[in-house]
Amino acid sequence: MSVGLEHYLVVSTLLFALGLLGVILRRNLLVIYMSLELMLNAGNLALVAFSRFTGNLDGQVLVFFVITVAAAEVSVGLAIIVALYRKRQTAHVEDLTLMKL
Amino acid sequence: MADILFYVFAFLTLLFGFLVVANPFSSNPVTSAMFLVLTMGSLAALFALLSAFFLAAVQVLVYAGAVMVLFLFVIMLLDLKAEERRRVRKFGVFAGLVAVGAFVVILLRSLLYSPLEAQSSPTLKGDAAELGALLFRQYLLPFEIVSVLLLVAMVGVVLLSKKDLK
Repeated sequence: MSVGLEHYLVVSTLLFALGLLGVILRRNLLVIYMSLELMLNAGNLALVAFSRFTGNLDGQVLVFFVITVAAAEVSVGLAIIVALYRKRQTAHVEDLTLMKL
Repeated sequence: MADILFYVFAFLTLLFGFLVVANPFSSNPVTSAMFLVLTMGSLAALFALLSAFFLAAVQVLVYAGAVMVLFLFVIMLLDLKAEERRRVRKFGVFAGLVAVGAFVVILLRSLLYSPLEAQSSPTLKGDAAELGALLFRQYLLPFEIVSVLLLVAMVGVVLLSKKDLK
């Protein structure tokens, strides 16, 4: 059986589920952030697969924009984590349950 | 040949992704970051198999290069030790597993019963020339807006890393 669109979509689904599992189960702020990146990449894989199997390059342009926005998101998020760590000396989500610093 | 490569890299992607999330040997964030780099690398190989060559290069350069260096830099700056074993809420873990399992079942079931007719593999090349032509003609306005977004992110990061947040 040759590899088709649904093979790539299954891989994308499982990768997204792994990322979601990491966000739910892990307690370290940075590992949660890495799991978010995993979920974004699963979405990118599905977009590229659809682009390939429908003969339309628009999906790949969208992936390009997703990668750019993800880079901006990572820089801002990590700056927030560093600022939070400076105030509270922890990166553990159970120590960060108050909204005020 | 391409089919075998797909199975190899799909397996590697999922294996490394699992090791990012739940490494049974270490809960050190640096280990997770290293396995995330490997996940990005095998995803770039999958992109190349889908003949999205430009995106494969961007994936390696931007994600495995820039973003992961940023992650490692912050981990080492904060000097995070391995996640010490805290009391794990059994019910929380169970509920999380059930929720994610239900989500996967819903997605796979909808995949199974949806008519995906795009079986033919057209001669589509996602190399830099074609993607660039599309990006600078049809998608010129979003491209410029994204550059403004990067500027906003840069200003925000500079503001956030000031000594006193006031």
